[in-house]
Amino acid sequence: MSAISNLRSQILNSRPGIAGVALLSALSTVMFFSGCAEVSEAGAGIAAAAGVISADEAQSITRSAKAVEKSWQDLTPEQEYYIGRAVVAQVLQSYAPLDRPQANDYLNLLGQSLAAFSERPETFGGYHFLLLDSDEINAFAAPGGLILVTRGMVRCCQNEDELAAVLAHEICHVEQKHGLSAIKQGRLTEAFTIVAAESAKQMGGEELAALTREFEGSVGDVVMTLTTSGYSRKQERSADAAAAELLQRAAYPPAAMVAMLERMDARLSNAGGLGFAKTHPSAKSRADALRAEIGSTASGSDPARQQRFASAMQTIVAGK
Amino acid sequence: MKIKVLAMLLAIWAGSAFAASMSVQVRNCKVRATPSQLGATVATVDYGAVVQAGAVQKGWYPVTTADGKTGWVHESALSKKPIAMRAGTSDAATGVSSDEVSLAGKGFNEQVEAKLRKEGKLDYTWVDRMAAYNVSSDQLMKFRLQGHLPGGAQ
Repeated sequence: MSAISNLRSQILNSRPGIAGVALLSALSTVMFFSGCAEVSEAGAGIAAAAGVISADEAQSITRSAKAVEKSWQDLTPEQEYYIGRAVVAQVLQSYAPLDRPQANDYLNLLGQSLAAFSERPETFGGYHFLLLDSDEINAFAAPGGLILVTRGMVRCCQNEDELAAVLAHEICHVEQKHGLSAIKQGRLTEAFTIVAAESAKQMGGEELAALTREFEGSVGDVVMTLTTSGYSRKQERSADAAAAELLQRAAYPPAAMVAMLERMDARLSNAGGLGFAKTHPSAKSRADALRAEIGSTASGSDPARQQRFASAMQTIVAGK
Repeated sequence: MKIKVLAMLLAIWAGSAFAASMSVQVRNCKVRATPSQLGATVATVDYGAVVQAGAVQKGWYPVTTADGKTGWVHESALSKKPIAMRAGTSDAATGVSSDEVSLAGKGFNEQVEAKLRKEGKLDYTWVDRMAAYNVSSDQLMKFRLQGHLPGGAQ
């Protein structure tokens, strides 16, 4: 039962009659008109002034009203960090990590050097990258900057510039907090209500258990979006456009992104709609949209970059 | 070179003339010598620490740390809200309501993660290994130079 419902039933049980109706009315305002905190706060204030409820209860309603107003955009970088860590832990229940230090080092050098040029270079725990031991063509950006890339996705890239395009796209999902936006509002309202009510004292066992439940639900929402339902077409396009700009700032050719999407489209049409194809709009439509924005599709890589990319690829393929 | 340094100092001074308190909202905040993530680190500031920040310039604040070091911090590392490191105590100390304060250690936090670990619901082994992949500014610069990538437009 939600904290608001709890509060509602407690008050109704203890204060029946007109007082209860007045309060119920104030609470309903809180619940159904979440965009109008002033109204609900005023309601709580009037009820308190009339002696219908105690000052403590009024304060509690006001806190709840503020909690209802809050959304995923109000999550702090620290909260985002803990959600992202749990998202990765959960994704790793379905995908095994690829334990190749040299390849993971290369991926982190490339990824972190790109993140430095992001619009959001600083997250609570920073950007970190990990390869997954899967031939599926896929990549996942967990909130806060933990990014997973399958071996299949890396093998889809012909050079460092194209891999940079994949990582830039994922970094932009983090930058724009697309993972967090997948969390259902109800869970956040519950969580913010608990936090607001308990902010003045240590969190007890019951509150911790309730908060952990909302946390698990939130993590589940993000994982579901990353692995099954996918982001909206609008979010994907937005990440593509931002990634092209990021590549430009980092001195990689943005056209590498178009080349990579076209290659991916060719591979995915043979893969029968698994992995990335399941969670992303068609690679061809994305390539077409991007080409219209940035023009040329020419893509080639510098020999030094090609050499280190090939060397990392060898370690990824080795042992398979 | 001298002119560059002078211009930088002037920019920091001009910014600090309108300084406002801002809180560090990331775990390890590096104060850079130049407004670039690839710039040398002049100081590291902890989560929740307060810095004096001047006017933002293309996403970068000129800042002065509590111990008087000056440099640049990207806006994504700073919050206008004070960050209370311990719930309860700071509310009383600062006299502000909980809604105005980002409460570190409240909400989805390490206490929640610890509970999930204890209950064996999630295995964080690889999450921790992944988070340990850290690349220094020097390594990043070397990687970019080796790949014939210029400093890049910031």
